[in-house]
Amino acid sequence: METTFTPLQALMGGSLIGTSAVALMGLHGRIAGMTGIVSGVILPRGDWGWRLAFLIGAIGATALILLLTGMPFSIESTIPSWAVLLGGLLVGIGVTFGGGCTSGHGVCGIARLSTRSILATATFMAATFTTVFVIRHLLGGF
Amino acid sequence: MLRLASATAIGTVFGLGIVISGMANPAKVLNFFDLFGTWDPSLVLVMGSALLVTFIGYRFVLKRPAPAFDRKFHLPAKQDVDLPLIAGSALFGIGWGIAGFCPGGAIPALGSGQPGPLIFVAAMIGGILGATGLRAAFFRRQALA
Repeated sequence: METTFTPLQALMGGSLIGTSAVALMGLHGRIAGMTGIVSGVILPRGDWGWRLAFLIGAIGATALILLLTGMPFSIESTIPSWAVLLGGLLVGIGVTFGGGCTSGHGVCGIARLSTRSILATATFMAATFTTVFVIRHLLGGF
Repeated sequence: MLRLASATAIGTVFGLGIVISGMANPAKVLNFFDLFGTWDPSLVLVMGSALLVTFIGYRFVLKRPAPAFDRKFHLPAKQDVDLPLIAGSALFGIGWGIAGFCPGGAIPALGSGQPGPLIFVAAMIGGILGATGLRAAFFRRQALA
């Protein structure tokens, strides 16, 4: 499925993600990593209230967009459910052992110039490029 | 109370960023990784601008003695590059390439009410719980040996 290159939305959205990461560090002293935030809510340890609040805000953002623009947010995906399930399982296992994902390692970790995060990001980006190539160009897609 | 309101607002800004940038949309994310097909370079601008804002912002914020709502900054202490970091990240990348969702993209996508994000997040939670249990069992065995 083709999608159009949207540089303005990309820059605007990316800047908002960065603003959120800076605010979470400046106000709460925390890394804006979705893996750590989700894990800290489903396996509650210590301070989980702010994590749940963050998740509610992140999920509620779509409602705010509907309220402001009148347009419901919908996703496009032609991926079959079994593959979404398999992907979700692998992501959950991977981010637990890898200690983070795109937001935690890719944005917050690299911004701190963490060697672990730079290597983790290089590894998962390479793995994703390879996986998409194999699925779409060697196996012929779903 | 102010602390929870602040965390909710910051989460909302994160969700808005993900949705506006298109990163909650698997079709768009997967097209970034499809260099030899229907390539859509949007993701590189999303990550680049998020990184730039965070890189500059952290320089100012981390100079302060403490965050506003806590006594200290909670920064990861781990420094060593080990097998779980690399193998786990590789596994994450494979899952991302199959489903088109990463954790940060899937959570805001739950707001669409569509089944895809729900299936993904449920499976991801299963994976997190399973991997956490596995890791705990491994460390127990190591401690006994």
